[in-house]
Amino acid sequence: MGVIKSVEELEKIRDQARELINLRKDNENKTRIVVGMGTCGISAGARQVLMAILDELKKRNLTNVIVTETGCIGMCRFEPLVDVIKPNQPKVTYVNVNPEKARQIVARHIVNNQVIDEWVIPNV
Amino acid sequence: MEFYRAHILVCRGTGCTASGSEQVFEAFEKEIEKQGLSKEVKVLLTGCLGLCELGPNIIIYPEGTYYCKVKAEDVPEIVEEHLVKGRIVERLLYKERTTEERMRALTDINFYKRQKRIALRNCGLINPEVIEEYIANDGYRALAKVLTEMTPQQVIDEITKSGLRGRGGGGFPTGRKWQFAKDAPGDIKYVVCNGDEGDPGAFMDRSILEGDPHTVLEAMAIAGYAIGAKEGYIYVRAEYPLAVKRLEIAIEQARERGLLGKNILGTGFDFDIFLRLGSGAFVCGEETALLASIEGRRGEPRPRPPFPAVAGLWGKPTLINNVETFANIPPIILNGAEWFASIGTERSKGTKVFAIGGKINNTGLVEIPMGTTLREVIYEIGGGIPNGKQFKAVQTGGPSGGCIPASLLDMPIEFDTLTQAGSMMGSGGMIVMDEDTCMVDIAKFFLTFTQDESCGKCPPCRIGTKRMLEILERITNGEGREGDIELLETLAKSIKASALCGLGQTAPNPVLSTLRYFRDEYEAHIKEKRCPAGACKALITYEIIADKCKGCGLCVKVCPVSAITGERRQPHAINKEKCLKCNSCFERCPFGAIVKK
Repeated sequence: MGVIKSVEELEKIRDQARELINLRKDNENKTRIVVGMGTCGISAGARQVLMAILDELKKRNLTNVIVTETGCIGMCRFEPLVDVIKPNQPKVTYVNVNPEKARQIVARHIVNNQVIDEWVIPNV
Repeated sequence: MEFYRAHILVCRGTGCTASGSEQVFEAFEKEIEKQGLSKEVKVLLTGCLGLCELGPNIIIYPEGTYYCKVKAEDVPEIVEEHLVKGRIVERLLYKERTTEERMRALTDINFYKRQKRIALRNCGLINPEVIEEYIANDGYRALAKVLTEMTPQQVIDEITKSGLRGRGGGGFPTGRKWQFAKDAPGDIKYVVCNGDEGDPGAFMDRSILEGDPHTVLEAMAIAGYAIGAKEGYIYVRAEYPLAVKRLEIAIEQARERGLLGKNILGTGFDFDIFLRLGSGAFVCGEETALLASIEGRRGEPRPRPPFPAVAGLWGKPTLINNVETFANIPPIILNGAEWFASIGTERSKGTKVFAIGGKINNTGLVEIPMGTTLREVIYEIGGGIPNGKQFKAVQTGGPSGGCIPASLLDMPIEFDTLTQAGSMMGSGGMIVMDEDTCMVDIAKFFLTFTQDESCGKCPPCRIGTKRMLEILERITNGEGREGDIELLETLAKSIKASALCGLGQTAPNPVLSTLRYFRDEYEAHIKEKRCPAGACKALITYEIIADKCKGCGLCVKVCPVSAITGERRQPHAINKEKCLKCNSCFERCPFGAIVKK
């Protein structure tokens, strides 16, 4: 820790430090990724999916995204399930996600705002 | 930096620490490690969340889930369910008292919904032991703003325009105080923070110092710039070890970061802060006594003028503000005087922190906009009176304040309305009393306190309050005489008019206000030798109603002096000679067969 020598430096440190408390503020305005973590989800590999998502977010330094988990929603054959909820947009549910797909979802949907139609839940 | 998907905030204020949050904190660290989640979930400590009675309290973000009364044994379940499987642990959620509904987020519960947190903005949100977390939430930005964009006079004008008044008791306009200190001639000036919180039941200053120490440091530096001081002192009681520790850490970190010391932020402004620990004398909250104590002399007040703004610490011009007052300064500088003045009422701006205690469901710390009514605070935020009892009065302002009766429940909370009602804002203690509280006894309690804490320098306080206390003692012992009430009033008036400092001048207030609203209780004690609330031991006797007594023998078992006798399944009787009036049998009897008279 060094001495903060100017106002500009303080601003810079604040911008970096924001990440420390970012998770505790304005969460209603952030994109949400929800991973199904019921027994069905976990046995289908949801934990690896979750790790891949976290890793991808870290690599891309995305901070306006929150990742949460949920229990079984009753469509166990489609697990791992991942929901992406962007602010003011309808929820998109991806099915049979694996770590590779998860990284793609972060890249294409979260970053580039393109829904990956072929992985979205079929109308059953 | 790691991408943490969840933060677990464990309250480590004094309240939650006392109920075991340290063990909870350690259990979380261990469990997170064990489950291999340390790269995705962060555990950290934070300051007071307010609902101290339900501690240990924790919040899990990003959901903002609030769990209360968490024990170390609950931790594995929370980690497994909430953090691994994404399922809320329902049984640990806060339960709304009126609807029995389990509430998920802290911000949804009635206790929080009506609050507006300015002074407490960082308490329960940041880790007070990490300066970067404070900086992240706009910390030290107000200091940067005043040092680079404002002249000292502009800073004072902004504070004056905001309408901020001192939060420590007197309610003196803060801007005017700063102006006096700035205008006082002299090269050497001091800024002092009064952290000698002494009112029974008040703990807002402690919570701010524990939960957000940097805000006080930043505000003191701003004040130093405004009045032209280079040194500040924080006077905090030694009985607040956690606050002292957090302040020491904060000062150390601020110095390392160059936010205290020489040439702050490269602007050429020098300011440093030192701690002084008080030994806990109530009178040291009085500003001249506090200054004497910092100087190493006996903590006794002196006559004013000269006011500290002219001749304070070591005879130099000194600005003294209370902890909560300082905590309001950075937001005012950042958001502007108009923003602050838009909150509250005509003559009382902003918010006030209250420590609610006594006969109330949600004991804890709340910050509300000025103008909120007592009814809203007690029933909506405080959750009402426990055990279906009737509200009787609320005591505000500590030993200097008074009791406000049920007829004034709809009064808005402001400096002036409280004073008109015979009480005062004080530092923000709020003690709720129900029908079982004897108002004469309460007056006696507060007078015992002031009498005990009187420094003895001036006779009105030293001798006058002693005489008043003696009269109250005799009234509650059933030895009250005709004319005692009038004598109390005469003494109260002369003490108010002649005592040297605020402690003495306000000491009779609890007696005067209870006389004003509950005179009939005094009269019942004196004339009928009866305590209507059934609280004064000398005036009550216990009896068993034969018709209701089933002869179960439970009262016999709890009586410590074997004063109750009787055949099994036959009505029992109490031997009044032996009875200690300990109330044990009264509480134990399942049939309501024991009465107090």
